[in-house]
Amino acid sequence: MILVILIAVLFVGGLLAWASERINPEYPRIISLLIVLLDIVLMFSLLGGDSSATWLVDLQADWLPRFGISFHLAADGLTVLLLLLTGFLGVIAIGSAWGEITERTGFFYFNLLWTLAGVLGVFTALDLFLFFFFWEVMLIPMYFIIAIWGHENKNYAAMKFFIFTQVTGMLMLVSILMLAYSHYGQFGVFSFDYFDLLKVNTSGPLEMVIMLGFFIAFTTKLPSFPFHSWLPDAHSQAPTAGSVILAGVLLKTGAYGLIRFAVPLFPEASMQFAPIAMTLGAISILYCAKVAFAQTDIKRLIAYTSVSHMGFVLLGIYAWNEEALQGAVMTMLAHGLSAAALFMLAGGLQHRIHTRDMSDMSGFWAKVPKMSAVALFFSVAALGMPGLGNFIGEFLVLLGAFKANITITVISSFGLIFASVYSLWVIQKVFHGEYRNIDFDDSHLYDLNRRELIYFGLMMVGLIWMGMYPQSFLDLSQGALEGILASSQIVATAAVTK
Amino acid sequence: MTMTFADLLSLAPLLIVTATAVVAMLLVGILRNYAATAMVSIAGLFIATIAAAMMIEGTNQQITPLLIIDQYSLFFTVVVCAAAMFIAIFSYSYFLNLDDDREEFYLLLVVATIGAIVMVSSNHFVSTILGLETLSMALYGMVAYPLHSKESAKYPLEASVKYLVLSAVASGLILFGMALIYAQTGTMAFTSVTNPVAPSTEGLSDNYTIIALLLISAGMAFKLSLAPFHIWTPDVYEGAPLPATAFLATIGKTGMFVVLLRYVEISNALEFSSVVTVFSFIAILSILAGNLLALLQDNLKRILAYSSVAHMGYLLIAIIASYFAVGTISIEAVTFYLLAYVIMSLGAFGVASVASSSENELDSINDYKGLFWRNPWIAAVFTGMLLSLAGIPLTVGFIGKFYIFLAGVESSLFALLIVLVLGSGIGLYYYLRIVYRMLLPVDDAVSASNTSTHIFGSYAVLAILFLLLIVLGVYPAPIMTIIETISAFI
Repeated sequence: MILVILIAVLFVGGLLAWASERINPEYPRIISLLIVLLDIVLMFSLLGGDSSATWLVDLQADWLPRFGISFHLAADGLTVLLLLLTGFLGVIAIGSAWGEITERTGFFYFNLLWTLAGVLGVFTALDLFLFFFFWEVMLIPMYFIIAIWGHENKNYAAMKFFIFTQVTGMLMLVSILMLAYSHYGQFGVFSFDYFDLLKVNTSGPLEMVIMLGFFIAFTTKLPSFPFHSWLPDAHSQAPTAGSVILAGVLLKTGAYGLIRFAVPLFPEASMQFAPIAMTLGAISILYCAKVAFAQTDIKRLIAYTSVSHMGFVLLGIYAWNEEALQGAVMTMLAHGLSAAALFMLAGGLQHRIHTRDMSDMSGFWAKVPKMSAVALFFSVAALGMPGLGNFIGEFLVLLGAFKANITITVISSFGLIFASVYSLWVIQKVFHGEYRNIDFDDSHLYDLNRRELIYFGLMMVGLIWMGMYPQSFLDLSQGALEGILASSQIVATAAVTK
Repeated sequence: MTMTFADLLSLAPLLIVTATAVVAMLLVGILRNYAATAMVSIAGLFIATIAAAMMIEGTNQQITPLLIIDQYSLFFTVVVCAAAMFIAIFSYSYFLNLDDDREEFYLLLVVATIGAIVMVSSNHFVSTILGLETLSMALYGMVAYPLHSKESAKYPLEASVKYLVLSAVASGLILFGMALIYAQTGTMAFTSVTNPVAPSTEGLSDNYTIIALLLISAGMAFKLSLAPFHIWTPDVYEGAPLPATAFLATIGKTGMFVVLLRYVEISNALEFSSVVTVFSFIAILSILAGNLLALLQDNLKRILAYSSVAHMGYLLIAIIASYFAVGTISIEAVTFYLLAYVIMSLGAFGVASVASSSENELDSINDYKGLFWRNPWIAAVFTGMLLSLAGIPLTVGFIGKFYIFLAGVESSLFALLIVLVLGSGIGLYYYLRIVYRMLLPVDDAVSASNTSTHIFGSYAVLAILFLLLIVLGVYPAPIMTIIETISAFI
């Protein structure tokens, strides 16, 4: 029941926030903040449950009995981690919108909360129809956020985002239906339930085709080469809070989908496909790092580095062993924080000087020392400095992937070097050197205020915690990942012996 | 064949609507009063809707060889009467300021509804043609209605004549096809053409049957504006006054599609592989042409016209699937999608007609600029309808698309499904384009030109349609059960 409440609170809260704008335009942000904080408190109650069971909570109710579709929500350790990340970044996103969004605040916070609600639904749904339902539901409010509060080219970016995800989503729908029909063929009843569909024995080219439907949908969201081209546009046009949710949470739904659905449902096809998927991951890492280096728009640069880091996640997932999976999960969490922080810094700069063009910027350290120091911290975190969360994630991924495929892993590890190059280059370009302001009006270029320092501080604590004591996160996800691994290995070995 | 009282009772919805037309006509003859005529028509259609809805349980009767009154036909009688009632309510505010006689529009509307009821209850060639022509004749009048008005919808006469001429050709094709089928089977009732009850002439081979089926299909495809028979659609949609467009797009299409479904199912037409090929070709062409041509339009009515071409293509996939499938899922898919299509098109046209009036039609998408901030409720309804047409969850359009996908997967029509995915992807673009217009900041020049009359009834209807859109999109289980039951009658 708690999961339903978690999602319902956000849906209702969104409506409340929208309605409260009539009374006072300041109310929506306060209400949203309280709603998300309430949600986080509720999430923590999940942790108190029986930790020995794989599924901490499990709720199932009939929805569309004609097709065996049920309202099935459940959470294991992996889910809880991602729920907490969503809640945390929800608070951060509200913080970053606090001063930036001044028009039509009610509708903005409505969309923000509904996006979060959709994301929570995606992370908890264990019925594939319900999963697809939430998968699409989170798109519409995100479209509104980009299309209304975005920057100069928002229509194009919002449209591209929507069409990419929607079309690949429909491929996934076809795959889901094919899988459900295979279940119907083998068991004589319709079911869209995760546990029922795990039992479906598909094989051969059919399994590969169904798997590809899922794979394309998830890697578009992740995103991975060659489906990544919507991300830089969406990020550079979205308002800061939109970027935070997009980079921090929405991309993770793709990775989550791969871990929870794409691989376990189709273990044989995934094993055959793993080398290709890992290669795509390696290409994402190297190619997008290279492209990032060529950008002058600071938000596009960060967007490409996101694709590059998500390449590690793809690599880790298709290595399909415990270290690599743990690494992928850690990378998801750490990247959620570091990318969100970098987008907020870029957004903060844009808010202050109304440009994202790095060729106009230099020597900001003298002018805004606190902001520069914060930027240095998160750049260093993103490039994988030991002691911070991203290092743990990428290290574990490479460790696990080395067991699976040595060549690809060795090539991918060059990504770490590239990351250092572009991160330090940005720092050098924007914050060091001589200050000049011929190209922009610097009358609003003030340093971070107390509110900004609070949420950057929170994210720093998070990253240091992940880097210094990762065990507290690994413990939570371990049970869930072991369960997923075990179930898929049984099927895979059974297939081999057969 | 004699008619019993029970037979007459089963015909109640049809008789009520007919009586409404007569009463409305007499009323106009005695006293010209716009509000009274509208009220009589709306009340008559409302009673017919209720009567049909109450009869659904347990009625299954063939009344004369012409009409079949079963649960399926009654379900669509409810849909047709309710939709006609909604359109009548929208027309009230739309024609309020027309500088011409306004009352006869309701007569035409009610007569057209009679035609549609006959079509959804038809399993005989004669009743098909009777219903079709009743519907079309009344529609010619409705399309040309503001003819003498000085500042009305742009080209009502052109639209009407175009529709008249092309529609007559299509009726001719259908009649010729029927004659050939009659020569083969010796009966005018829908029967199996592959295994006729009484094969009459020995000389006619399968080839004649195929040609006959294709002639009938071409005529029906014309009425359904399936590509490549869709050329008239955008012009007629654009030229006609909005309520007439809405009628043509929803009730006209529904009546024809139910006939197509019944005929294809009863006649086993799809057992001829060439017929399947032609149907698949028409479906693919409709989806691609409809969606691609809609991209180029700036006129709301033309966009909806092309999008209806695409939607009819989606529906045709389910018809094709019905032949390969074992159960009734594809028939359920057609039924649900038609219901969804009526709700969302009616909503979209309803929003346009609420915003417009007969002297000033807002049919350019730029007229809707900033609507989200000028009139958030109407804009929210419009957004809902457009997202539903695009097949986004939380709306009935998504469940409809889910059914079509399910039917396609069941019958392994993967090529058609890929086209469907592509078409829907293209479709997103022009639906979102309208949504984006509504999100733009308010433009003063636009809001000043908005002269529509605000009538409570139209808003109430929009609210009902929006509620149906969401409720059937989020919890469709009850309606799914109903549709599963009635689909067994086909």
